[in-house]
Amino acid sequence: MDLINTRKIALASHQRLWRRGVYLVPISVGLAILIWHLIARYGGFPAFILPSPALVWTRFLRALLDGRLAYHIAVTLGEVLAGLALGITAATTLGYLLAKSETFERFLAPYIVASQSIPIVAIAPLLVIWFGPGLFSKVLICALIVFFPVLINTIVGLRSVPDELRDLMRSLQATSWQTFQYLEVPSALPVFLGGLRIGATLAVIGAVVGEFVGADRGLGFLINIGRGQYDTALVFVAIFTLVGMALTLYGLVVLIETRLLSWQQRPDDSG
Amino acid sequence: MNLSNSDLEMYTETPSVPGGNGTALVVRNVNLTFPDGEQGLHVLSDISFSVQTEEFVCILGPSGSGKSTLLRVLAGLLAPTQGEVVYQGRELQGPRREIGFVFQKANLMPWRTVLENITLPLELQHIPNSNAELQAQELVNLVGLDSFEDSLPRDLSGGMEQRVAIARALVYDPRILLLDEPFGALDALTRERMGSELLRIWQARRKTVLMVTHAIPESVFLADRVLVLSPRPGKIRLDMSVDLPRPREDGMRYTVEFGEIAKRLRAAIG
Ligand SMILES: Nc1ncnc2c1ncn2[C@@H]1O[C@H](COP(=O)(O)OP(=O)(O)O)[C@@H](O)[C@H]1O
Ligand SMILES: [Mg+2]
Repeated sequence: MDLINTRKIALASHQRLWRRGVYLVPISVGLAILIWHLIARYGGFPAFILPSPALVWTRFLRALLDGRLAYHIAVTLGEVLAGLALGITAATTLGYLLAKSETFERFLAPYIVASQSIPIVAIAPLLVIWFGPGLFSKVLICALIVFFPVLINTIVGLRSVPDELRDLMRSLQATSWQTFQYLEVPSALPVFLGGLRIGATLAVIGAVVGEFVGADRGLGFLINIGRGQYDTALVFVAIFTLVGMALTLYGLVVLIETRLLSWQQRPDDSG
Repeated sequence: MNLSNSDLEMYTETPSVPGGNGTALVVRNVNLTFPDGEQGLHVLSDISFSVQTEEFVCILGPSGSGKSTLLRVLAGLLAPTQGEVVYQGRELQGPRREIGFVFQKANLMPWRTVLENITLPLELQHIPNSNAELQAQELVNLVGLDSFEDSLPRDLSGGMEQRVAIARALVYDPRILLLDEPFGALDALTRERMGSELLRIWQARRKTVLMVTHAIPESVFLADRVLVLSPRPGKIRLDMSVDLPRPREDGMRYTVEFGEIAKRLRAAIG
């Protein structure tokens, strides 16, 4: 029966992918590049307004070969990953405390909500003034932007742990650490990872915002350079690299989800 | 607090069951009021009874009469507002490993396989994996779930889920088993079958069982004794022994004696 089930699951996920049109993605991307090419070719725009796909591709290869691109990617990725780590740590710790105590939540809620109504672009200059144009201010900006979705989803995830399962753990005389480890973590994980998925892409935005405000390295800085030198192809290269970075991070979280949450996928899920 | 024998005897109104030795649990003047509204919600009213070791007791009562609440008090999950539950000569202060609980919903962890759900209580007690799995495997056989060890709860039927829940409650060998309408969500036929299986397990493992149900025939078939609760606030309206011979067989459900007992219970519920 295991074999049958596995086959059913494999078949179902194949059908699901098909229905979601995953196989259409390369076709869609190819079509977009073709249209872009035609507009650049026959639109009569100068290259510093709209570079052709081919020009962007050669610019990409040049930046790749002289090592510049790799360097700026490493800088931005470092900021993003450090920011994610800091943001996730702070958000899960505070989220756990807030989920456990409604008094504490009511006490802090106004500040948390208010902090979210201030756009990150408005705070970024302040952080650069306070912490300098180096790595640290970027990490802070990333962490700030990651913080909110992860915090909210940690709280929602922990609050959604069924009371009956809490009773079960109590009747088994589980310690609070065991309840955390055996019940709260696995139970809150789906919602938490949903927050992380949003946070991962936001972190990339945070890093670029920080670099725009003040930096001498990173992909955001590269965009500024390209703009200043009318090297629009370089701006395109930086943008596509950022998109690739965000998609990769997103994909990593999705991969973690499918690995850790395989118990959730129903074989007959039409999803 | 300590109880002398004469204290205990006050609550030992029913003759002790064959094979039974001593009192498993004493409930004394338990009152429970939930802090709800201005006066609170009075749910349990002056409940007193005692349960013999290895006795099978069913608790009947209309919905909302406080059956689940009473069971949660007996499990140590809820402290009574007044009165006490005495277990092994001491007032029950909180959940105990010797008291197993089966909930109305199977209450399995959806991310754990059947076997992992059953070994959970042992893992929490730091019993080595190989030992735990051996014990769990034995119970898998007892509740008839062979070849489903590695299935996830989502692939089980309601009846199978409840069997896992029962196996999980038995795996750490509690002396007392509390069951809160464990078959409530099952269809009538599965329910009868599960009842017979529960009897078989009870006979094999010799536990003290307290089971909440709202099905009269089920309580007659299973129990040595049936307690009937009144509508809220729940009082014990009837405490009746079921003098049907054991082992009980499915055919007994259709005898005259069975029908008589069921009729008396029905009248008591009102
Ligand atoms: N935690 C609680 N807080 C407040 N009221 C409760 C709580 N649990 C149960 N009740 C109330 O107590 C009464 C008895 O509930 P319950 O013991 O579940 O009854 P039964 O299991 O007999 O149907 C119901 O009116 C229910 O609404
Ligand atoms: Mg109930």
